[in-house]
Amino acid sequence: MDLSSINPVVLIASLMVAATPILLAAIGELVVEKSGVLNLGVEGMMIVGAVSGFAIAVTTQNPYLGMLAAIVAGALVALIFAALTQLLMANQVASGLALTLFGLGFSALVGQNYVGIVPPRTPKLDFGPLTDLPVVGRIIFGHDILVYISLLIVAATWFWLNKTQGGRVLRAVGENHDSAHALGYKVTRVRILAIMFGGACAGLGGAYLSLVRVPSWTEGMTAGAGWIALALVVFASWRPWRVLAGAYLFGGIMVLQLNLQAAGFRIPVEYLSMSPYLITIVVLVIMSSSRGRRSMAAPGSLGRSFHAAG
Amino acid sequence: MKRRTLLTSSAMALGLAATMGTAALAQDEPLKVGFIYVGPVGDFGWTTAHDVGRLAAVEHFGDSLETVFVESVPEGADSGRVMTQMALSGADMIFATSFGYGPEINAVAQRFPDIAFEHATGYLQEAPNVSLYNARFYEGRAVIGHIAARMTESNVVGYIASFPIPEVIMGINAAYLAAKAANPDIEFRVVWAYTWFDPAQEAAAAEALIEQGADIIMQHTDSTAPLTVAQEHGALAFGQASDMSSFAPDVHLTAIEDNWAPYYIRRIQERMDGTWEADNVWLGIPDGEVVLSPFNDRIPADVQEEANAMIAAITDGSFHPFTGPINRQDGSTWLAEGETAPDGDLLGMDFYVEGMTGEIPN
Repeated sequence: MDLSSINPVVLIASLMVAATPILLAAIGELVVEKSGVLNLGVEGMMIVGAVSGFAIAVTTQNPYLGMLAAIVAGALVALIFAALTQLLMANQVASGLALTLFGLGFSALVGQNYVGIVPPRTPKLDFGPLTDLPVVGRIIFGHDILVYISLLIVAATWFWLNKTQGGRVLRAVGENHDSAHALGYKVTRVRILAIMFGGACAGLGGAYLSLVRVPSWTEGMTAGAGWIALALVVFASWRPWRVLAGAYLFGGIMVLQLNLQAAGFRIPVEYLSMSPYLITIVVLVIMSSSRGRRSMAAPGSLGRSFHAAG
Repeated sequence: MKRRTLLTSSAMALGLAATMGTAALAQDEPLKVGFIYVGPVGDFGWTTAHDVGRLAAVEHFGDSLETVFVESVPEGADSGRVMTQMALSGADMIFATSFGYGPEINAVAQRFPDIAFEHATGYLQEAPNVSLYNARFYEGRAVIGHIAARMTESNVVGYIASFPIPEVIMGINAAYLAAKAANPDIEFRVVWAYTWFDPAQEAAAAEALIEQGADIIMQHTDSTAPLTVAQEHGALAFGQASDMSSFAPDVHLTAIEDNWAPYYIRRIQERMDGTWEADNVWLGIPDGEVVLSPFNDRIPADVQEEANAMIAAITDGSFHPFTGPINRQDGSTWLAEGETAPDGDLLGMDFYVEGMTGEIPN
């Protein structure tokens, strides 16, 4: 029962892995919300990605094709949500919840024949001797490709949102869709594309669970990860690098509490398991005051339907 | 039609359906049996095991039995509606397979006195037609505890527990006592996952335990994730509820399987014969309700022999996993020399036995 039995290098390496699914889903949802759309269907899109990725990976015996399939499947499911909310002006909250329920049911149906199968292994990237370096070897050079891709997506999202014309348009659409429309931007088109990007990321996050993290298919295997991803976007106040920090913090809390338990420490497990949700509630409370809302920088048009008048 | 008359007439129609349902029993029609599951039949664990039992009964009785099942029924008010619906559509017997259905079963059973209700892992019996059944999983845990103790090299066993309830604590203690008897240096590291089913969390728990020196993983959670993690890291592991060897063929030593088929077949037969009576049974290895999956070849022959001897001793009643002298963790006496644990003590167990490290969370 001593702290030295917990190896910080291993801890960091495993929290990166544990955080990757929620990181992927959250960075996708961030872009969606930045465009002014609230999609509560993250959990549903994740699990559809998990089952599609698994099915294709098993059929083709190639994990990378599976991940590609998960991206496509996630984007397609998101397209249903886009059609409902952007073209038919359905309520976003209700449609998002429906998407989650649909995703859970649909994945159970598709996944029936894939229970109890072991998917092809996703190898860790081979960095040759770099992986054997002390400390950095395991943290930086010891992962599978999706861990690196998720970091790349975060960096690219930050760059795109802040440094490119396209990103500015997307943010304008999210802040004030009427003004953006008046300026001649295609609000609906931007939002549909953003929703599909969100679906693709969530799908990939789901595939990470079923192909790398677990790896096998079981019904309901996302077990609430999509909801944590949603909370994470708010927690990060819609900033890409904070999403990364938040995901690693949430993942870190989980991995650390398990390690502390395994090392024989008596810790209040219940509270630590609750903590991501508790932190999010606190952030939401702060946000709900109007001054807090401004300082948290929630997109101005978040959750509001856009209907071009005239 | 006024709303009230509509309700009355539909209630009458429902009542009629119920009467027809019980009347059908007298004729040579198949017995209708309903099953209510808490999870999906494809969970590869708890619910799968119950459904395998149902299918065995279908196979056994052929045309004289008709079964229906509803899966993923949440505990609480919804389950009451599902049971009522089953009762109204003519079920003669209903198996409800989760602890939390208790209040609803008893309420529905009072309204349908002619239907036989069977509740798995329950404790409430407020109607004469409610029967309870459970399995002594701790007997299986004692056997895998022995195997673990004989096969570990690090003398550290990692245990992924779900919630601190008597069923789970009983399992840890049974495994630990058997392990300690075979290897006095054994140490158990317990991680409470606070979930029955969360593959990612269970995988992380298994990794943490292996990182802390455990070379054998036991689990009292339902997913296969700990096994795949064990396989990846070259640790050994045991399956839960079903044979999970296909997920980790190299390291899956055996699994504690729930085998409900004998009980289901016997009780359905009794219902057919009209001899069914409410009961409260807790069956285990001797009754074939708790079964160990085929041993992995990695278990040395002498250890397999010892495990089989233990199973035989439990079967003929000469060995009880909780036989005194056993002290509680705090050193106070629980069981005196030669005394075996009363069922009541087991079903309310809230303490570790002496030698266990760590504390049970509140």
